[in-house]
Amino acid sequence: MSILVNKNTKVVVQGITGGEGTFHTKQMLEYGTKIVAGVTPGKGGTAYGGNEKDQLTKPVPVFNTVAEAVAKTHADTSIIFVPAAAAADAAMEAADAGVKLVVVITEGIPAAEMVRVYNHLARKGVRMVGPNCPGVITPGECKLGIMPGFIHKSGRVGLVSRSGTLTYEAVHQLTERGLGQSTCVGIGGDPVIGTRFIDAIKLFNADKNTDAIMMIGEIGGTAEEEAAEYIKKSVKKPVVGFIAGRTAPPGRRMGHAGAIISGGKGTADEKIRVLKAAGIAVAESPALLGETMEKLLKKRGLLVKVRSDKSAPKETGKKSKQRTRTLQAGASKKTVRKKK
Amino acid sequence: MKIHEYQGKEILKKFGVPIPQGGVAFSADEAVSVAEKLGGSVWVVKAQIHAGGRGKGGGVKIAKSLEEVRQLASQILGMKLVTHQTGPEGKVVKRLLIEQGISIAREMYIGITLDRARSQNCVMASTEGGVEIEKVAAETPEKILKEYINPTIGFKDFQARKLAFGLGLTGDAFKNAVKFLVALYKAYEESDASLAEINPLVITTDGKVLALDAKMNFDDNALFRHQDIAAMRDLDEEEPLEIEASKYNLNYIKLDGNVGCMVNGAGLAMGTMDIIKLAGGEPANFLDVGGGANVETVSNGFRIILSDKNVKAVLINIFGGIVRCDRVANGVVEAAKNVHVNVPVVVRLEGTNAKEARAILANSGLNFAVAGSLQDAAEKVTAAIRN
Repeated sequence: MSILVNKNTKVVVQGITGGEGTFHTKQMLEYGTKIVAGVTPGKGGTAYGGNEKDQLTKPVPVFNTVAEAVAKTHADTSIIFVPAAAAADAAMEAADAGVKLVVVITEGIPAAEMVRVYNHLARKGVRMVGPNCPGVITPGECKLGIMPGFIHKSGRVGLVSRSGTLTYEAVHQLTERGLGQSTCVGIGGDPVIGTRFIDAIKLFNADKNTDAIMMIGEIGGTAEEEAAEYIKKSVKKPVVGFIAGRTAPPGRRMGHAGAIISGGKGTADEKIRVLKAAGIAVAESPALLGETMEKLLKKRGLLVKVRSDKSAPKETGKKSKQRTRTLQAGASKKTVRKKK
Repeated sequence: MKIHEYQGKEILKKFGVPIPQGGVAFSADEAVSVAEKLGGSVWVVKAQIHAGGRGKGGGVKIAKSLEEVRQLASQILGMKLVTHQTGPEGKVVKRLLIEQGISIAREMYIGITLDRARSQNCVMASTEGGVEIEKVAAETPEKILKEYINPTIGFKDFQARKLAFGLGLTGDAFKNAVKFLVALYKAYEESDASLAEINPLVITTDGKVLALDAKMNFDDNALFRHQDIAAMRDLDEEEPLEIEASKYNLNYIKLDGNVGCMVNGAGLAMGTMDIIKLAGGEPANFLDVGGGANVETVSNGFRIILSDKNVKAVLINIFGGIVRCDRVANGVVEAAKNVHVNVPVVVRLEGTNAKEARAILANSGLNFAVAGSLQDAAEKVTAAIRN
């Protein structure tokens, strides 16, 4: 139905009693995420109902260790709001406790720590998303992160992105056009991250409920190129791409630690060239993310399938193809107008 | 964070990495006294700026007498050094490194950095030292030897030996190079560096191995545990507006255009810069105000953007997710009242409570152009500049 998280995902929140942890636990609970436990060392044995600012819709049992939380509640996924200095340790604790997915929201973790975490989790076979990321959401089922839930709509476009608010912009554009999302993954902009573009794209490619993929990249590194190689070889599903930072000067770090052009590598132009060569439809402007996806889906005859998921009445076989054609005719007019 | 060559060498020295004898000088007099202390008959006078290509730009000179040290020091101090990394405006030299002259037999390259594709540190070595390593990597990648470091076991002697043999070293030079590599990796790891580059590494005529140059960058996220390194920050090397912005936790980078922009989130900020350019404008800056976007951050953002005299219009693009747009709108209105804003301002607020936010802006009595989509925002702001 989706990748990484769904309505059965059982979540333990590490750092639940902190300000950020409380605020976002409240938001996730309200979205319908199954939060079964929280961990704050020293506060185990209590039921946490929130703080003065944010009251949780229902109290969450708090444990001293993730191992205990997993043993008592069968949590299979962890989300981390622990401060930077302790976040790497928290991620390793989660992996040792036997969860299968760890989402690290925390920003500012030293890269050297993340190198150790990455290699430790890889050995354990535990997947990590982040750090310094908005998290993962399967619309209508599970919001595991800090993204605004309401902009999402359940559907069949898989989205993976290095950025936060630019992802929201992309989701907003898709939803406005009636293009729902299967799952949206914010992988984060740090140099060392648990899930790279290629990893998320492999999952989307294998997910039978994802019909198309959107990849939002930015300058720096070679992760987009690596994903493009894979897409060229193995992905038949339509893919839309975007690379932020065409106007970024070399040698300057644009916010994200990973977003830096150095030694002539990691430029937007080079990435766009590689993406196009892999057959990816590259949106030329961040305002055209939704439109580029819609056009591509029309071209591939997938638009109705994507749109009709859940909300619209089911259309199958010949009938849907007919409808696609009509929509295509309508689309060409729009194309002419937009070209101006 | 970047530091100067002489500071990098101080750190290396602590970890037992051999470097030439030398000292920093802030004036011609100091340069002469450093040279006197060093003794010998040949000295190197090196401009200290945070950019590579100093030799080609005329910032590294050899002196054969103390008088020449004085003369070169006065000449280089205060000069605007232009290299391929400084941009055409160059950088004013305020510090010098005076070093003893070295009798060089061979020049090589050593670099340590994080390989993002593997999430492991990588030690690179090449016989092609003293030249631009990017060029070597592009043209003859087989000339760069690489060893990846398992974070659990660290950089091992056998890896250092592999690299030293690979460089074709024998005898004393081989032994010294192995020691050098092990010490350099320790310096890199223990100081939380993101880059340690020795170009060139030199083998002297008597078999010594020395770091003739040293470039070290550090992981900003780890500076909290390296107060000594954090103290090496040289504010003269940074843009004053960027320093000012960092005081308010704003992430600002000055660019050359005329459209100022204020955005929440780094990716969206880059995207906003891109769309300004596509609409025919030139972004004046990158500014990520972070998640907050309240009266204080927006006021500070306005002040910083408007201190750049090139700015002819401002685009505010906030995607309100968890942050409600109506609150951001109130912040923008308050901030515009606090700060004297004398250029057209286009505001685009999208997300939670966007409708209410637009009404607040429209009814504020202030002259905002309210934009709907991202495209609309970019067009409105570039149109404002043309008028």
